[in-house]
Amino acid sequence: MALNFRQLYKTFTLQELRKGMGVTGRQLLRKKTTIMYPEEKTPKSPRFRGLHALRRYPNGEERCIACKLCEAVCPALAITIDSEERDDGTRRTTRYDIDLFKCIYCGFCEEACPVDSIVMTDIHEFHMEENGERMVDKQHLLEIGDKYEAEIAAARKQDSPYR
Amino acid sequence: MHETFLLLTGWLPEPVQTVSWIMMKIVAILAPLMLCVAYFTFAERKIIGYIQTRVGPNRVGPRGWLQPIADSVKLMFKEIVVPSRSNRYLFLFAPILSLAPALAAWAVVPFSDTLVLANIDAGLLYVLALTSMGVYGVILAGWASNSKYAFLGAMRSAAQIVAYEIAMGFALVGVLMVAGSLNLHQIVTGQSGGFWQWYWLPLLPLLVVYFISGVAETNRAPFDVAEGESEIVAGFHVEYSGMGFAVFFLAEYANMILIAALTVLMFFGGWLPPLDVAPFTWLPGVFWFGAKTALVAFLFLWLRATFPRYRYDQIMRLGWKVLIPVTLVWIAVIGLGKFYTPLGFIFS
Repeated sequence: MALNFRQLYKTFTLQELRKGMGVTGRQLLRKKTTIMYPEEKTPKSPRFRGLHALRRYPNGEERCIACKLCEAVCPALAITIDSEERDDGTRRTTRYDIDLFKCIYCGFCEEACPVDSIVMTDIHEFHMEENGERMVDKQHLLEIGDKYEAEIAAARKQDSPYR
Repeated sequence: MHETFLLLTGWLPEPVQTVSWIMMKIVAILAPLMLCVAYFTFAERKIIGYIQTRVGPNRVGPRGWLQPIADSVKLMFKEIVVPSRSNRYLFLFAPILSLAPALAAWAVVPFSDTLVLANIDAGLLYVLALTSMGVYGVILAGWASNSKYAFLGAMRSAAQIVAYEIAMGFALVGVLMVAGSLNLHQIVTGQSGGFWQWYWLPLLPLLVVYFISGVAETNRAPFDVAEGESEIVAGFHVEYSGMGFAVFFLAEYANMILIAALTVLMFFGGWLPPLDVAPFTWLPGVFWFGAKTALVAFLFLWLRATFPRYRYDQIMRLGWKVLIPVTLVWIAVIGLGKFYTPLGFIFS
């Protein structure tokens, strides 16, 4: 048996172990990179796909024309739309429900929409407390859209050169 | 102190007096120890966090300082589930059996020159006996749970302890030969004279072996096969919840602190200051003992954060084919060096 003395020396002086501990020892003193979440947040992309919203035109008219392209494209079948003719002869939705548990946040509905009505906001901090809250209806979606219109528009503008 | 106590409680019948005096001594050691254990878990999470460039727990109380309190309160209020086909009595007895030796061993640990509960002559043997007792708790827990994972964990632990117990014992034989005493107080006083007189230098290989065996004995990373998450979930304590789990947890950390304290006593001069000159000797012995123990305990955490777990056969190889031969050789070196060469003064 050929004894490798260099190897034995390395083993018995615990060289490798000390080297490893040196690495972790240096990490111990390094500046920490943790983001203190609720107080600090990381920046989000304008393309972030979070909670859905229905938008309106600046004159207050809802954008959605009940073309049902989003319902057709939705891979998770999360969108349900009913529509009828309104008094002024335009076609509008009477029901626009999204099941947030079925939704996989792929953003196809937003891509399919010819009038930029259904959009995905960058809201990701939402939760449900009661059974049934996962279904968001048209009223609720429009409210979200009204509330965050400025942010939604800004994000669309920022991303527009690439669309 | 005993006289003051007798004066204050003179109106009580004598047996009551004796028992309450003993209880007071137990509390005086265990209460600070439990506090240390609680904050050692916190220190572990913080230090490992820092090594992984995280900050660790920092939400409960200022900078996370109340985290161990919150953890223990949570565990106290959880239900203890006893598996239906388990051996109920052994199942509940196992955590106690694993914690009791870890606490009882502190009876002979001298915290300073005068501060020791029982200054007995066979202190080293007592400590050795009690640190080996802990494994029965682990084996019993694994067997009584009637679960294959718990049993596998217990078997691994048993084989590992058998291997490392021997290396540990031999390492202590070296200390015994150099100090010429089994009394922990005399072992420490034999090291007086500052940093270079401590036993770590002449017994360096034994120090390394003792510490590695200590890490293996307490089932800590990188020797934590008894609770390898990836293969056998939590090992011997899979079936434990609530307080039963908490007691195992306490035992593991109490054992770690105990091993750190023993390493300090036998290799790093116990309560003695690193230099026998003015600014160092002003501080009390308890401070030096605590500071050194904390440093060695920190090494446990550093090891855990650095090394991946050993494979089972590697553990056996290291124990039987490396550590035990090293100790045997060094015992012979000490014996020959001390009695047959003019360099004997190194080993005394």
